[in-house]
Amino acid sequence: MSIDKNTVRKVARLARIRTTDAEAEVLSAELSKIMTMIEQLSEVNTEGVDPMTSVIEMQWPGREDVVTDGAILEKILSNAPEQTAGFFVVPKVVE
Amino acid sequence: MTNLTHLTIKEALTGLKKKDFTVSELTAAHIKATEAARHLNCYITETFDVARKQSKESDARYAKGDGRLLDGIPIAMKDLFCTEGIQTTAASKILKGFKPPYESTVSGNLFRDGAVMLGKANLDEFAMGSSNTTSAYGNVINPWRRKGDDKPLVPGGSSGGSAAAVAARLAMGATGTDTGGSIRQPAAFCGITGIKPTYGRCSRFGVVAFASSLDQPGAFARNTEDCALLLQSMAGFDPKDSTSVNCPVPDYTQFLGQSVKGLKVGMPREYRIDGTSPEIIKLWESGVQMMRDAGAEIVDVSLPHTKYALQTYYVIAPAECSSNLARYDGVRFGLRVEGENLIDMYEKTRAAGFGKEVKRRILIGTYVLSAGYYDAYYNKARRVRKLIWQDFTEAYKKCDVLLTPTAPTAAFAIGDNMQDPVTMYLNDIFTIPASMAGMPGMSLPVGLSSDGLPLGLQLLGRPFDEGTVFKAAHAIEKAANFTALPQTLLSKVA
Repeated sequence: MSIDKNTVRKVARLARIRTTDAEAEVLSAELSKIMTMIEQLSEVNTEGVDPMTSVIEMQWPGREDVVTDGAILEKILSNAPEQTAGFFVVPKVVE
Repeated sequence: MTNLTHLTIKEALTGLKKKDFTVSELTAAHIKATEAARHLNCYITETFDVARKQSKESDARYAKGDGRLLDGIPIAMKDLFCTEGIQTTAASKILKGFKPPYESTVSGNLFRDGAVMLGKANLDEFAMGSSNTTSAYGNVINPWRRKGDDKPLVPGGSSGGSAAAVAARLAMGATGTDTGGSIRQPAAFCGITGIKPTYGRCSRFGVVAFASSLDQPGAFARNTEDCALLLQSMAGFDPKDSTSVNCPVPDYTQFLGQSVKGLKVGMPREYRIDGTSPEIIKLWESGVQMMRDAGAEIVDVSLPHTKYALQTYYVIAPAECSSNLARYDGVRFGLRVEGENLIDMYEKTRAAGFGKEVKRRILIGTYVLSAGYYDAYYNKARRVRKLIWQDFTEAYKKCDVLLTPTAPTAAFAIGDNMQDPVTMYLNDIFTIPASMAGMPGMSLPVGLSSDGLPLGLQLLGRPFDEGTVFKAAHAIEKAANFTALPQTLLSKVA
């Protein structure tokens, strides 16, 4: 299985990781190798087998739909690269 | 006075209760040892001030006669556990300076029980690696050396700093996390004991996420008893983790020393794979003999889908990682690289913040989850995962516990196995299947290679039956009587 440079750049854009041409070149070879390994899965007969979601058969826990936490604005913003007036700041999105 | 850093946790607790020494003295000895071993690069952040403060509080408790389960025991905390107000990096540049405003449940449990934190231990970036060479904070060096060879060796990964610190007697125990072998493989490479409990046994709340259906916190120590004490503190139901399982945590120490007479020990025949060092096979056979001598019954079992576990893992773990790591976008915490617009900022931030291995895995994950491939790769892998799980379930109808090697080789030199990612991935060939199935596993040191490096064996158990794993591991521990010390320590002791 080969993943060419263009595919690498397309996937990197989906993953929001900027890649240079040289990086895409190296990644193309590395990812192709990994995908070749992964391709071996096609040998396995999985007919009638459901995809596994959790290794533990358990009922997903539920709880009352009530507020259990909050009023910690300062804590939430404490690691923000940029903040103002109680908000996270990002580059302008809407002109 | 005895060398305080060479005591086991159990011995230290006894000494503290008898007032042979104080917690402050015990902590000071470990701080001194750590300062002398900074070249091993075990810690990303040393937290000696925290340790001194916790020691004083602990001493005060002992003075009143109410010492707790782990009161005064100096430990290393893998820097994947969020610690309130203390930098938590996951060994990534993208989290540089991040100070969590909350405490992970596992670290909180350990502090509740009196543990003293010496520092945040180094690891592979976001726990992705098998050699602790992907950390943005540099490689961790294994305290062990090959006979007559000074080449620095890897401690294994991803919990390399935790394992190296415990092996080098810089900490009495440590926390780790295991996604595909990240506790068991470094334990084997560093000649110590490590337990990954059943998925769901320890809370993942506050543990920086890598692959959420696989990640599981666990413990490192220098013997099974100390691991049992640490796990006792760490384990338990946590409503903050929806995959945490609400079932009682037994007293793990009760299983140590129990007879293994009649215990059925399975040897999975598929684990005799090419590329395994003959020394490891010999070690495995001697482990089997130890169990037989102790009265256990050896059973041949089959785990037919073993050869597909690695492939399955390298679909599921990257898929979950690509999703989990989407949160690092330069907006709410961590690194931000300014850009011309929002997308530009995301792309530049993530390009600068993530290392090579993390990028590879995010890209693989994004690829296998992308439209047109989701069913062919991701769902296919989830189906094979079910078959792997069924293999174990079938095997446990014939045996109570499985005995296997932990890793196919002893610790390798820094720089080896790095030519291509797939060679590195093969290191986890014996640990990944149990991770895929969520089963508990433990590695313990059983012997030395011809060039003087520790070799480990792995015990795997039924879900939530860590007790039997402890029982069987203890029997091997007693028979193997592994007392070797890393050469770097011997030269200092002499």
